[in-house]
Amino acid sequence: MLFTDSAFIIGLVVLCVTYFLIPKKFRWMLLLAASVLFYAYSGLSNLLYIAATTVSTYFVTRKLDAMAGARKEYLAAHKSEMKREEKKAYKEAANKRRFRLLVGLLVLNFGILAVIKYGAFAMRNMNALAGLFGNDNAFPIPQFLLPMGISFYTFQTMGYAIDVYREKYPHEKNIAKLGLFVSFFPQLIQGPISRYDELSEPLYAGNGFQPRRVLFGTQRILWGYCKKMILADRILPAVTVLISDPEQYYGVYAFLGILYYMLQLYADFTGGIDITIGIGQVLGIPLAENFERPFFSKNITEYWRRWHITLNTWFKDYLFYPLSVCKPMLNLSKWSREKLGKTIGKYVPVYVATIAVWFLTGLWHGAAWNFIVWGLMNAVVILISERMTPLYEKFHAKYKWSNTRAYDGFQAVRTTLLMGCLRMFDCYRDVPMTFKMFSSMFTSFNFHVLWDGSLMKLSLTGWDYMILLIGTGILLTASLLGRRGSVRKMVLDRSPVLSCVLTVAMFLAVLIFGAYGIGYDSSQFIYNQF
Amino acid sequence: MITHKYRNYVMEETMMSETYETLVGILKDLHEDVDFETCETLIDDKILDSFDIITVITEISNEFDVAIPADKIIPENFNSAKALAALIESLEED
Repeated sequence: MLFTDSAFIIGLVVLCVTYFLIPKKFRWMLLLAASVLFYAYSGLSNLLYIAATTVSTYFVTRKLDAMAGARKEYLAAHKSEMKREEKKAYKEAANKRRFRLLVGLLVLNFGILAVIKYGAFAMRNMNALAGLFGNDNAFPIPQFLLPMGISFYTFQTMGYAIDVYREKYPHEKNIAKLGLFVSFFPQLIQGPISRYDELSEPLYAGNGFQPRRVLFGTQRILWGYCKKMILADRILPAVTVLISDPEQYYGVYAFLGILYYMLQLYADFTGGIDITIGIGQVLGIPLAENFERPFFSKNITEYWRRWHITLNTWFKDYLFYPLSVCKPMLNLSKWSREKLGKTIGKYVPVYVATIAVWFLTGLWHGAAWNFIVWGLMNAVVILISERMTPLYEKFHAKYKWSNTRAYDGFQAVRTTLLMGCLRMFDCYRDVPMTFKMFSSMFTSFNFHVLWDGSLMKLSLTGWDYMILLIGTGILLTASLLGRRGSVRKMVLDRSPVLSCVLTVAMFLAVLIFGAYGIGYDSSQFIYNQF
Repeated sequence: MITHKYRNYVMEETMMSETYETLVGILKDLHEDVDFETCETLIDDKILDSFDIITVITEISNEFDVAIPADKIIPENFNSAKALAALIESLEED
């Protein structure tokens, strides 16, 4: 089921009304029932996967808590009779047992994800390898249907389990409530990946009806639909045409493809997240923001701090930091320091962990080499940019004009174009083809396509271009205004009537300018595939 | 439960220590223009990023033979040199 399905929209309205009508203590149960129904709609068998994650996480985190409690009790009871070394050895042994249990849970859940999402990719690569030795098709290719949102809920739930292991908070004692945390329906399509300590309280509380919050939530939902249906879905046919026939669409077309795809991806992903966060806001459940005007970033590191924030912070907290500071990594650093010098030794953990994280980030986006290469290219650019930082600082100190707004704008455009070039791996889904199309931008000067009417043959009419231009302009203006605070709040503070007019205008805009038509089928959200 | 008063006391004591002096030296190597002795918003103001944090932890491991676990990488411990020195000393005692 998509956010754009009429069944979803009707169901959402019914849910919101019912939520505020029933007693508070039953409200989380209603959300759980809605989440299960929503998930079951995508395939009844998919419920098995999400149930396996919920049940395994519940029992393991319960045991982790019990083991931590037993450890604390034992240490308190034997406080006076144990020496410091004995206490340390006891703690280490107890934590080792807990760690093994956690690893078991992680292997099980990431194992399910790996087999379903990456099984076929792994086997295809094994076959290619076996083919080199004359053994064609040695391994059968498994065929699994990817359960909706499996990457998102697996990451969110394993983050919770790691936090319980770290004793950041106790485990959730009610398995049904844990089930709601794992499966909360607005997040299943494309995140955000929430943290238990931030989400659980409002999720289970049964929040009261607040007109201002409901208005803001509704406006956010409508803004999301505007982005998705007016911009993303409208430009989608042109993106499809441009990338489906690279033999015809190269040079300037490839550059246009980057711009179109960037707009489609941004409007699609942020639109979906706006709808998700808006639903949460109507229900009084604040969800984590996933974007912070990423295209205003001055460099790629900043861009990744502002794009898909919850995935990146997940990788940072649960992979980058643990990998960088684990004992083998610190030993590797010491070894490199002795053998290769102080500077290299100092940066080894950062480099190795960055490459590992971006390899996995690429893999997270899809089971294909183009995504892996995309991830590694990001790592390379980030590391080069990091090493160049002292040079940039000297440059900015020497040339005062580089500290102006105009130069900030130049940096933002540069970062956007750089990210666009990297996104070509995502677009063409073929590594050699991506390099070919990238080089065509510098070798084929077919600028005439910009004015000879060729742009009208990309499944877009003049009317479509006009809507896209105005829509992008409004998007940019809203982003610029948003730097000073919530635009919705600014409008409401100025005039409640204007706020209501804006809400109705967005609703009408979706109805009038949304991409519809005979045979039209609203497209899947891009990030739902991940 | 560690009270704020006790924490401040520990941090005051820490400032006098050799650990603190060495740590400030490590931090200065990364950002020579930052006043690490007074700054208490190293993470909140994005002065130290994740790369800096890992580099500092690597250097701490090398200088003090102390491994800072991943779950201790929180803003509270890295916002100031004083807090970080206090963390190192508490890990040394453990």
